Parts: sequence; structure tokens; C-alpha cells
Amino acid sequence: MYSKTVMDHFKKPRNVGEIEGADGIGQIGNPVCGDMMTIYLDIEDDVIKDIKFQTFGCGAAIAVSSMLTELAKGKTLEEAKKITNKDVANALDGLPKNKLHCSNLGADALHAAIKNYEDRKSGKVMPDDNQEDKHEHDHDEKCYCPYCDSELGDGQTFCKSCSLAEEGPEKEPA
Amino acid sequence: MGYINLDNINFKHLVPEASQAMIDAIKAEYGNPSSQHQKGDEAREVLESSRETVARLINAKDPREIVFTSCGTESVNMAVKGLAWARQDKGKHLVTCNTEHNAVIRSLRRLKQLGFQVTSVPVDKYGVVNPQTVKRAIRESTILVTIMHANNEIGTLHPIAEIAAVCREAGVAYHCDAVDSVGTIPIDVEALGIDLLSFASNPFYGPKGVGALYVRRGIGLWNLLDGGAQENRKRAGTENLVGIVGMAAAAKVAMRDMEKRLEHYKNLRRHFLAQLPKYLEDYLINGHPEQCLPNHISLSVRHVEGESIVLMLDEQGFAVSTRSACASGSLRASHVLLSTGLSFADAQGTLVISFGTDTTTQIIDNFLAALAESVKTLRAISPLYAAAQKEKAGK
Repeated sequence: MYSKTVMDHFKKPRNVGEIEGADGIGQIGNPVCGDMMTIYLDIEDDVIKDIKFQTFGCGAAIAVSSMLTELAKGKTLEEAKKITNKDVANALDGLPKNKLHCSNLGADALHAAIKNYEDRKSGKVMPDDNQEDKHEHDHDEKCYCPYCDSELGDGQTFCKSCSLAEEGPEKEPA
Repeated sequence: MGYINLDNINFKHLVPEASQAMIDAIKAEYGNPSSQHQKGDEAREVLESSRETVARLINAKDPREIVFTSCGTESVNMAVKGLAWARQDKGKHLVTCNTEHNAVIRSLRRLKQLGFQVTSVPVDKYGVVNPQTVKRAIRESTILVTIMHANNEIGTLHPIAEIAAVCREAGVAYHCDAVDSVGTIPIDVEALGIDLLSFASNPFYGPKGVGALYVRRGIGLWNLLDGGAQENRKRAGTENLVGIVGMAAAAKVAMRDMEKRLEHYKNLRRHFLAQLPKYLEDYLINGHPEQCLPNHISLSVRHVEGESIVLMLDEQGFAVSTRSACASGSLRASHVLLSTGLSFADAQGTLVISFGTDTTTQIIDNFLAALAESVKTLRAISPLYAAAQKEKAGK
């Protein structure tokens, strides 16, 4: 199901952990969606000197986080802002179609961490402010129905083509 | 140590008796049971003696009450849709519960598209349906109650004798999806008073791709498959005779070994639950502690996600399954686990561990050590675990 590169990063994830006193923190996703990712940045002269991650999620989510940290490490902030979710998936030699939306949040988390750093610098937020998840995907990837592979529109929670991937039967009337 | 199967709810080995019977059946080159010549007679005899054996497994009074199908899912579809169509003039209301298998859920959803109404009753924290709730859900227009026996995710057994009694009193047909219990625990359709019972061959070490539906005499169904007069006119199409022979052979072994297997499973389950706290903390065991499948454990490991545990265990040579959204293909947390009141995060970390006849206590010990190692690795990465640890330290 997963590429060799995905399995390699899943089995030996790089840059795992938390940076004490990080300059920027970005968090994205929540357990309802399935995956949750936190990125910590250590920044010097607008260069990402160190980056670490914590992830709750499937094999793909862990591999994505690990690969992202490799791509971002040593980059300037301007370079890092250009990294997309698609870049991460490509670097992993691809991801299963239905994992592209839910698990491929690495670049979003990175961008959130950079924004957090910049906001702190400009005094917009304090370092210990909670980085709430806005779940704003870049949406350079579409979502697909896990049953029939048809494309799902924005905010569509079940597939209209096969009409099956929706809620269970109706509840007992009150 | 080779690859270890602790995912017996999803796949089991064939008992040697079944594979031998199937090889013999292939070599015998039986004819078509519907033919009127000698080759047909010979095949028909084999088919009918297999039917008698399978009938005995669930104590069906008359072998003609057994219809062979292609799998448990087909049996369920045939029972639910077939009965709804046959009785639609009497009413269009059906009753089920919130933790059914997709075969039932989606059959009912299809019926709703055709104008039927469905009431789904809730379950308690163990995943058990209260028969009195079923009774209250039955209306004048109710034609069928369909509630499973053993739940395939949490192993909970519903009180099907009481549910059958409620249905009988109300004059409503009762279908029970017993795919995960027939052949593992004793089931007597006569004593239970069940009208329709779906089951399959693979859960009791028979071949995959063969199932059966018990249809009590006098219960009329519309056919799913129309055509010839096979299966006492209930399911058209040439029978899968080799598979049916395998199912009957496995049924014989299941009847012979049932008590021995049950004892074995119970010992394993007891051992697993006694050893688990030595290897793991922060977990939940789902389902009813006693009214459950003896070879089944639903374990929610907190602060980690199920698919990643399954992948890590797979690397170490153990097959288990998970009910996390990521792995299920539906990208949502299990409806069964959420129905019992489990949180989204805990549902995400749920593993299903199911034993087979070849599982030993040594295998369980090895598995628990591998599980502990995998969970430790994943928790070290998990932001939820880090947050929980901080909260603990703060208190």
C-alpha cells in the first residue's frame, strides 16, 4: 500500500520530538479527522536551524511529518514557505489517493509554525499563546471517496456518487 | 517463529479436513446437481448430505431450511431485502441496532431508497441491545427486526433469545447476522426461535466464499437471484459444490471440537487480559466482559493511532486489525466504538486481536512484548501523549 520511502520514514522517523523554547510552533489537524501534527522551529537569521515534530496519526501522517522536517531543515523562511504538501508527497514517492487529504498536512503545519514565528516577532501573539487549529488546508490536493474514488467537493463529508459512505441508519425517534 | 495470525476475525486457516474434502471433490469431477442423469444424481447426493451436516451445526429441523450462498454478506442481503420485499404489503418498517455490520446497514439503506423506514436502536456502553428497547421500537407496520449475534468489532453478544421472543410475541420476523458466532459458539435456531440466520464457512475454518442462510419453514422471501430452481427455488444459479463440501467438512470438525476450542479460547483470553497490565498502561478493553466472543479482544491504546500500530506489528511478524478511521477506508471512526460512547481519539487507537486454534500463551506473551515496544515508539512521537503526560505532571 505504501511506497518504500514512506515505510522507511515511518519506521525510522527523522527529527522527532519537541524543541524547548521553540521560536515558532504550528499545530494542525485533530483526532476527529484522524491525524494531528505539531511542528517546532528553531530559527536563526531567518534560517530554519532546527525543526522537530510530534504526530498522532497513521503511517502516512508520520512519514509525511518526517519527510517535511528533512525538506525544511536548513532552508530560509522564504524557501520554506514555498514547500507544498504536494512536494512532500512527491518526495515520499507518492501516497495512496485517499490519504492525500487527511494525512498530508505537513506543509500546512510548517506554514503555521512560520506564521507563528512571524506573529511573535511582530508582537501579534505571545510565545505561549495556544496555536489553535484552523484546519486551513492549502487544498492543492483534492479529497477522494475511499469507496469509489470519485472526487469530493469542499466540505462534502460523504460521497454523492455512490451515496454509501454516509452516516449509519437513522436514530430511534425521541 | 513464522508470521503469526492474531487477526482470526478476518482470516483463518483451513482445517485439513476441509481442504482434503475439497481436493477430493475437485478430483471427483462431480456433475451439476440439477442434471437428471447419473452425474447429476451423484452431485445432488453430495450437495444434500452437505446440507444435512450444515443444518446440524445450527440445529435446523429440516435441511431444506438451509440455503447455500456465496458468503455471509449475500446471506444478509438475501434475508433483509428478500423479507422486506416479500412483506411490503403488510408494512414497510424495519428495526435494527446501531452497531450492525455494513452488510446490514447498507442493505437497509438501499431499502430506505425504495421507501422503507428504518429504526436503529442504541446500545449500552458494552455494545449490548436491550430487548425492551427493541420491543418499544416495533410498530404496527414493522415487518422485520435484524440484530446481530456477535459484534465483529467488539465481540459483544446480544441477548438474541430474548430479542427473538419479543419478535415472536409481536408477530414480526427476526433475522440474526451470526457470521462471527456460528461454528465458534453453540447456536440452536430451534431453541432460540430465530426465523432467519446468516452465517459463513470461513469463520469456522472452512473455505472463503461460501455462506448459508437459514430460512425457517413458512418464511417467504423474494429471491435476490432469479433463474433456475436451485436451492429449493430460493437461490438460482449453479451451486459452488466444492466450496459447499469444504463448508460441511469444516462444520463437522466445528461440532466435534467446539467444546475443546471454547476452552482453549477462554484460557487464551484470560491469559491475555492478565498479562496485559504488565506490558501496557493507559488502555481500554471494549465490549462486554462476559457476554462476548471468547476468542476476541478489542483494545483501545490511548494516545496513538491504530493503523501505525498495525504497521509496526506487521513488521515484527504479527497480524492484527484496527478500527481506526485511517485504516478503515471510510476515513471516519468506527460507528460501533462511537455507539458505545468511546471518544474519537480513543476509537482511533483501537486494535482487534482475535485468537485461533493455533494461538498459544507463548505467542500471546511474544505479541504483548512487540505491542509494548511499538506503542512506546509511537507514544514518543505523539503530541496527545506528550500533552497527557504534562497534564499528569501538573496535577
